[in-house]
Amino acid sequence: MKAFVLSLTLLASISVQAETVLVTLEKDNALAVLDPVTGKLLRTVPVGQRPRGIILSADNKQVFVATSDDDTIKILDSSSLVEIGRLPSGEDPETFVLSADGSKLYVSNEDDNLVTVIDVATKKVLKTIAVGIEPEGIAVSPDGQWLVSASETTNMLHWIASDSLEIVENTLVDPRPRAVAFSADSQYLWATSEIAGTVMLLDVQTKKILKTLRLDIPSVSKDKIQPVGVVVDKDNKWAYVAMGPANRVAVIDVQTFTVKEFLLVGQRVWNLAFSPDQQRLYTTNGASNDVSIIDLTTHTVTKSVAVGRYPWGVVAKP
Amino acid sequence: MLYLSLFLMLSFEAFAQKLPTINIAYISQEQKNPAALSNLDDFIPHQGLLGAQLALADNNTTGKFTGQEYKLQQIIIPLGANVNEFITKHLPATTQFIVSLLPAPALQALQTNPAISNKLIFDAATSDNKFRQQQCQSNTLHILPSRAMRADALAQFMMKKRWQHWFLVVGATPEDKLFANALKRAAKRFGMKIVAEKPWTHTYDARRTAQKDVPVFTQDVDAYDVLVVADEQGLFGEYLSYRTWKSRPIIGTQGLIATAWHRTHEQWGAVQMQNRFREQAGRWMTELDYGAYLAVRAIGEASVRAKSHEMLAIKTYLLGEKFALQGYKGKPLSFRTWSGQLRQPVLLAAARSLVATAPIEGFLHPNSELDTLGFDKPESTCGKK
Repeated sequence: MKAFVLSLTLLASISVQAETVLVTLEKDNALAVLDPVTGKLLRTVPVGQRPRGIILSADNKQVFVATSDDDTIKILDSSSLVEIGRLPSGEDPETFVLSADGSKLYVSNEDDNLVTVIDVATKKVLKTIAVGIEPEGIAVSPDGQWLVSASETTNMLHWIASDSLEIVENTLVDPRPRAVAFSADSQYLWATSEIAGTVMLLDVQTKKILKTLRLDIPSVSKDKIQPVGVVVDKDNKWAYVAMGPANRVAVIDVQTFTVKEFLLVGQRVWNLAFSPDQQRLYTTNGASNDVSIIDLTTHTVTKSVAVGRYPWGVVAKP
Repeated sequence: MLYLSLFLMLSFEAFAQKLPTINIAYISQEQKNPAALSNLDDFIPHQGLLGAQLALADNNTTGKFTGQEYKLQQIIIPLGANVNEFITKHLPATTQFIVSLLPAPALQALQTNPAISNKLIFDAATSDNKFRQQQCQSNTLHILPSRAMRADALAQFMMKKRWQHWFLVVGATPEDKLFANALKRAAKRFGMKIVAEKPWTHTYDARRTAQKDVPVFTQDVDAYDVLVVADEQGLFGEYLSYRTWKSRPIIGTQGLIATAWHRTHEQWGAVQMQNRFREQAGRWMTELDYGAYLAVRAIGEASVRAKSHEMLAIKTYLLGEKFALQGYKGKPLSFRTWSGQLRQPVLLAAARSLVATAPIEGFLHPNSELDTLGFDKPESTCGKK
């Protein structure tokens, strides 16, 4: 009995230490809350129409969710998941990112070809920046210097200086660029091309493409290779690319810029998020309605958790 | 010195040097309101124009960053005017690109007009196999799927569904016969059987209505899985559903149709395209709008990638390996070098639901699965000249 209680408390303390994973469910108009250690869906919370992009505030106390069909970004208390405010995101917000100091949100307005800059404290729009057609992927360099917006139809990365909020350079990339991610040292930018089936590595200083890698998978037809989400670990050792309808995550050795392996996850894998300790990676699989959990020490898929219809965005809250 | 060159490079990238304007002529012909089966769908005049204009705006947005500018000149040929005389009179010599919304006979006249000898035509309207086969011209690229591609898309779907015995009903117009021929070719290619073929003849006998006529018309055909209809104008095909003697699905030009674009299509970013078009036009994007959109976007994409405003450089890029056009259909679009046909998925749509996208999974090809639709390179009769 004693041993049982002990193990129970141990278990409880372990799951308290681990993070909570929040997933937006585009078709259920809700947030799914998971415990990644037990691999259980804890609860589902209604959040608004067509939730997609999701990020945490710098102090992890708030969570921002783009409810696209409500044309707003909602601010929720990250523990109670109760709405505490709304931001004027412009129409149909999808992807957005927080500035390095946490004071501003940069939102891609896909239908209006704009990046909207919102002051989080005053909830006011500071500026809109005209970019190419259908801006989607957006990222801020960890050193706070750059904001990069990828426009899917213009096929460009727009380099916006964080201080002036002006475009200072544009890089033409492979067709339909989707996601962008900076390396932790702000020296490199990763970008995926959905149509060419490639991931590109850019030098932040010259803003030129250094290398392009085609993510071919033997026995998977070329046109199913559609790279979308990309993340790079803090040690700049591994990068991970979600491959959409190829149902896999590519594990890329950053130093050699080669694919180490492809991990089979759920269907139409789209967005990725690290656990805070970067021991695990979470993937949203839009077509199979689940989240895959990947153990990054062994590069194995350990669990898949059914979450609800069209899981889209994911964050892990410590 | 280092600073100077860095500064120069930056300013070049941000405010790129201006290249000469790329002029595109949009050519279409006035149309008579066609006969229609019902008043449900309004006749839309000048289909295609708004698609071309949306693509022009897209091109110019990209052009802001690359220093390129695109202009669209509309040349709309009045009813009854001589196509070639009108074009020769109104088409400026400096225009290198033509987006044609002309029907087949007028396109044929345009292709052989001496005034367009140094220009590239984007045919955004016809589906005629002959322009992709017997009569192919190296000065023309074809945006919309040919009748052969549409028929193959339908045949792949029917094969997957094991609807192997077809009852083919063919309308009275020459276009209906062309589509019926494409269907017969597809049936042969995919091992389907046409167990019966009947022409639909329009009569004006007041005692015969669709309600009464269709059951009788379909009563004597016994063992068929699916009724395949060729009625491009839509003069009778809509009468077939629910009225056949036996309960059979309708496929072809009505029922389940094969098309380049459809309002039910939402995947692969198509929702954005549908929204952008509707906001501008106040109506749904039609197949012709999509054709014109892709034509102007192809010019934009190739000119940006080739960093050129010259027709030859752009044409070389369009027909090259690297060209990949985003068409909101999940796969990059490119041109078949042998026929100038745009390689693309074909949507199989019912009135209010997208049912499938061809090529259907499982139809394989050594180069591109998209080439399982229409005339593949070994079947081409035109690359040879």
